[in-house]
This record gives sequence, structure tokens and C-alpha cells, in this order.
Amino acid sequence: MDLLLRKTRNLERQIDEYLDLVIRGALEFKEGVKCYLRGQTDDFARHMRDLETTESDADTLRRSIETRLYMETLIPESRGDVLGLLESSDRVLNRIAETLAQFDVEVPTMIEELKPLYLDLTDASMATVECMVTAVRAYFRQPDQVRDSITKAMFYEKQSDTVGDRIKRTVFKMDIDLSRKIHMRYFTYHVEAIADEAEDVCDRLAIATIKRSL
Amino acid sequence: MIIWLFISTGVFLGWSLGANHAVNVFGTAVASRMVRFRTAAVLSGIFVVLGAVLSGEGTTRTLNTLGAVNAIAGCFTVALAVGLTVAWMTKLTLPVSTSQAVVGGIIGWNLFTGSPTDTSSLSKIVSTWVIGPVLAAFFAFALFWLATGFLKNARMHILHVDAWTRVGLIIGGALAAYMLGANNIANVMGMFVSASPLADFSFLNMPSVSGTQQLFLIGGLAIAVGMYTYGERVMDTVGRDLYKVTPLAGLVVVLAETLVLFLVTSEWLEGVLAGAGLPTIPLVPLSSTQVVIGAVIGVGLAKGGRGINYRVLLRIAWGWVIAPVIAGITAFILLFFVQNVFEQQVVRRTEYRLDAAVMEELSRRGLDTTALASLSGASIEGASEFRQILEKQRSWTEAQMMELFTAAEVDSIRVDSLVALTRLDSAALSPGQRRALFAIHGTAFAHRWQLNRTLQQGDPAWRIPDAKGSEAAAKRMRGIYSTLYTVFQKR
Repeated sequence: MDLLLRKTRNLERQIDEYLDLVIRGALEFKEGVKCYLRGQTDDFARHMRDLETTESDADTLRRSIETRLYMETLIPESRGDVLGLLESSDRVLNRIAETLAQFDVEVPTMIEELKPLYLDLTDASMATVECMVTAVRAYFRQPDQVRDSITKAMFYEKQSDTVGDRIKRTVFKMDIDLSRKIHMRYFTYHVEAIADEAEDVCDRLAIATIKRSL
Repeated sequence: MIIWLFISTGVFLGWSLGANHAVNVFGTAVASRMVRFRTAAVLSGIFVVLGAVLSGEGTTRTLNTLGAVNAIAGCFTVALAVGLTVAWMTKLTLPVSTSQAVVGGIIGWNLFTGSPTDTSSLSKIVSTWVIGPVLAAFFAFALFWLATGFLKNARMHILHVDAWTRVGLIIGGALAAYMLGANNIANVMGMFVSASPLADFSFLNMPSVSGTQQLFLIGGLAIAVGMYTYGERVMDTVGRDLYKVTPLAGLVVVLAETLVLFLVTSEWLEGVLAGAGLPTIPLVPLSSTQVVIGAVIGVGLAKGGRGINYRVLLRIAWGWVIAPVIAGITAFILLFFVQNVFEQQVVRRTEYRLDAAVMEELSRRGLDTTALASLSGASIEGASEFRQILEKQRSWTEAQMMELFTAAEVDSIRVDSLVALTRLDSAALSPGQRRALFAIHGTAFAHRWQLNRTLQQGDPAWRIPDAKGSEAAAKRMRGIYSTLYTVFQKR
């Protein structure tokens, strides 16, 4: 019995660690964007490296969890949902890493007056991701709490849409090159897309939670 | 040698039962992919055998009172008829109740041989067919409600819930297999108990294994083989329609099944209830199929009536109605062939005598014997002939017929108190009862009831108690009488 529960606890810990990595990725991104906007290139590079490592660790951990869930035929009823949740959470982390990498590759020249809005957008997007992770954690232990976290995630996602819209309107009213306007819109779109991806996870989670309660 | 050929039909019946009932034990666990079929089959095989050998004797006695198939060729034919019915229903993927098929088969034998059917035993058995599923539904409803309430508050990780459910399904399945063996071995081998060729067996200083237990071991092994070889196919077909439940609901179903089977199998519980002055639950071979289906409905109701497939249920209920009828008709037809084509004796030729003592006994039992005046002193051989002659006089109810048969049956009994005491448990008889037994040492009786009456006159403790709540004591007393008849007849 103890052996059985030890194995279960081990897998439980791995799932928790995986979700920790998603949160960590979100925090690295937030700090990375802040450093970029402040022009702290060294710190930005460090956060980017850390984010890459986090993303790679999360991939390895996710594969290990998925293999164990299949090999040990665990939670047969909810296995599909759990795997789906882990994979879609992984897509969120991938998008986070990809977006920060684009800052490094394309080095967009940020318009000074838009910087606070970009910080707000990043905060709202990452708050969506954090709420998403809380909701996923609740799915495993307290399904009745999932709804609260999903509601919060939806709120922050909407906020990211609002801020993104404001940035785009402001940029396109400015007297700057069209190429620069498009570049600004592109980065706005990508940060917003992280929140959208997190929202998709929440939608999937809502269905999985209903299935669990049946 | 021929006896083993006859017992082989019991083995066939055991195999059919195993194939058809594996789904009741681990169906939910395998269908919900929580336990692999191979693991389930091996575990249930082991526990079915243990249940059959260690706790199988309780329910056999009730079945024997329904009608004692008293010739080995009769047992063979009835078991074959039941086995064929169950195998055929299995082929049709209907979760059939073996208990019902056995009862149908025994009634078929009674009809063929003219033997009376004990209507009180029959109604007792039929009542549990209704009570069993209702009780299971109630238990499943309550357990599901408790389990979901507990999980809501316990805040356990989904993986923890999974692990505990898996452990519960394995333990519950093993217990259900044990109960299945204990409860259903009577259906498989019960009929052969009175004609068993196996002697008690003792090895070194180990406790001796009775002939009945050896017979049950063979039956238990047959059930286990049936589960392993054909159970998966039934699980695939029956399980898919009926047991498509979540692992937690599956666990609740198995636990409810185990609880109900325990209630109707446990001699221990019966003793405890009787000891506390509470009404006891009759020990009868209950159909695990019906119990499981009752439990599935209970879970469905606990979920607000969702997910109950009424079309499938109707099909199953139809199977319950036709199983005993088909088994009865098959037994009747086969008995005809075995008796007339193969010239085997399917019923022991029993003599019935309506002498003055019997007439007096019948009056004492409250029967109007005026119609029998012309038969006074007559001796008739064969149950069928006796029934025909009785029916010519006037019409009788089946209960009255039972009284007539038991009173008039001629038995050659000679009391040997010393041998009786060696065969009975030393604590079974009180000093008064022993004295009454010693007082009639060497006396011969023509009817069983005469022995009973003489003993009861010698010491009132020989009476079979009939007060409410004394069922366990009455059963013990009937067991003692049954041993005495066997011992004294052999002398």
C-alpha cells in the first residue's frame, strides 16, 4: 500500500513541479519584458536564458508525466483530459518563451509613452497565466474551486484585450512609419496571444471539471 | 466412475456460472480500465474457490429443502439442464441468474417426478430475488452519496483518489468473488451433496476436509476456470452496455454487492442478529447478477437518474423471467430422455404408506383425512404414483401435498445413540437431549416424524423452535435432525 501511494505521491509531485515551471516561466517573462523596456540588456538576456531552461525542463517533465500516466494506466477516466490540460499548458509556456525570444531577435524600438501600457499588458497576460495554473491545480485537488480561478483568468484575459486595443489605437494615431506601427502591433498581438492561449486552457478545464463531477 | 461422469455436469454448470458471473465481480473494474482482466481473473478465481470451500455450506441447506433431488442421475440431468440454460443465455450475452435457473431446474424435477415443491421455501427464495436488488440499490445509493460527500471534503488529489479506488476495487472484487463462491456453490454442487461419493479426508494433524468441502473445491475450481476462459467475452459484451460506470461508481457497485451477498450468506451475522433478538435474514443462494444490477440502478438514482439505460434493463429483466422457465422445461425434457431412453433412475423409488399412525399425524397437522379413508393402510411406491392416487381422492394445495408426502414417506430408521453422538458435535446436545436419545436406543421407526416426535416427548429441547427471532436455533436443530436421519438410515 505504501509503495503504491509512494508512486502516486511521486507523480503528484511531478505534476506540481510542472505547474511551478509554468508559473516560473510567466514570472521570467514579466521580468524579462520589464528589463527590456528599461534597457537592462544583461538582465534581459539572463531572464531569457532562464526561461529557455524552464521551458526545456517543463517539456522533459511533461513527457515523463505523460509516459507514467499511460504506462501505469492511471486515472483511466480522466487521463485524456489531464494529458490535454498538460499539453495545452505547455503550449502557453512555449508561446511565452517564443515571444520573449522575439524581443531578442527583432529588438523592437519601444515608444517611450507606450512603455507603461506594455507593462500593463504583460501584467494582465501573466496574471491570466497564473490564474490558469491555479485553476489547473484546483482541478487535481479541489474541483469545486476551479470555477473561481477560471473566472479570474477570464477577467485578466479581457483586461489584456482592452490594454492591447488601447496600445494599437494609440500607435496607429501616431505620426510614425507604418512599418514601426506594424511592428508595435505585432508585439502587442503576441503578448495578448499568451492570455488567449491561457484562456483556451481554461475552457478545456471547465469541461474537464464538469466531466469529473458526473 | 459413473458418479464422476454425473458430477461432471456440475463442473460444466460451474464453468457456465464462472463465465457468466465474472462480470459481476470485476466487471466494473475491468470496464473502467482500472484493473487488467488477467489480474481480475486470477484474483477472483482464488477467492471464489476459498469462498466455496470455507463458507459454502450455509446456503446449500435452504436449496435442499426446496426439493431434494435424491438420485444421482436426477442431479446430473438437472445440473445439465441448468448448465445448458446458463451457457445459452451467456451466448446471448444476457446476464442470467444461476440461482433462478437452478430453482427452475429443481421445480422441473419435482414436476417430472411428482415430488411436492415446498412452497414456503420457494416463496422465501423468490422474495430474496426482489429484496436482493432493492437492498443493493439502497446500499449503492447510500454509499455513493457518502463517497462523493467524503471526496468533496477530503480534498484528495485525483491520483490519490485513483489509487484508493483501485485498491478498493481489487479488495471489493476479491470479497465479491469470495461471496460469489460461498453463495453460488450451492447452485453448482448443492444438488450433489446428498449423493456425494467423496469421503472426509484428513492429512497429518490438519483439520479434516469434509466430502462436501471437496465437492465444493471441485465446483469452485470450475467457476474459476469459467471466469478465466470465457469471462472476458461476457465482460466485453455485457459490461459495455451495463457497467459503463466511472471507477468510483464501479467501486460503490462492488461494495454494495459484497454487503448484500454478505448479509444473505453469513451464518455468523445470522447468529449475531438472532442473539440480539433481531429478525434474521434468510440464508438463500442469491443471484449476484441481480444484486449488481440493483446496485447499478442505485448509483444511477444517486446521480439523479442519469445514465440508466432502461432498454438494457428491460432486456435483462426479461432474461430473469425466462431463465427459470427455460431451465425447468429443459430439465423436464432431459429427465424424460434420461429415464426412458438411457434407462437411468432419476428419482429414488420411495415408499409412501398411509397407516393409522400417519393418518393420526396428518390430523394432528390439521389436514382433513376423511377423503383418505379409502386409502387407509395402503402402501404406494413412487412419488408420481402417490401424487396421482392422492389427487384422485380430492384436490390438494401444494402445501398440503408437502405435508402428505413428508408424513407418509417410509424410512427405515434404527436409533443408534452411540454412533449419533460420535457424529454430532459434543456441545450440540444438552444432557436432557442425550438422555432422550439414549432412552430410545435400538428403536426402529418407519417415518422420520416419528423419531422427531419420540425425541420431543423425551425432552422438549428436541423441539424445533418456531418463534420469531429463533431462526438460527431452528436451523441448527434441523441440521442435527438431518445428521440423525443419515446416521440412523445407514445402520
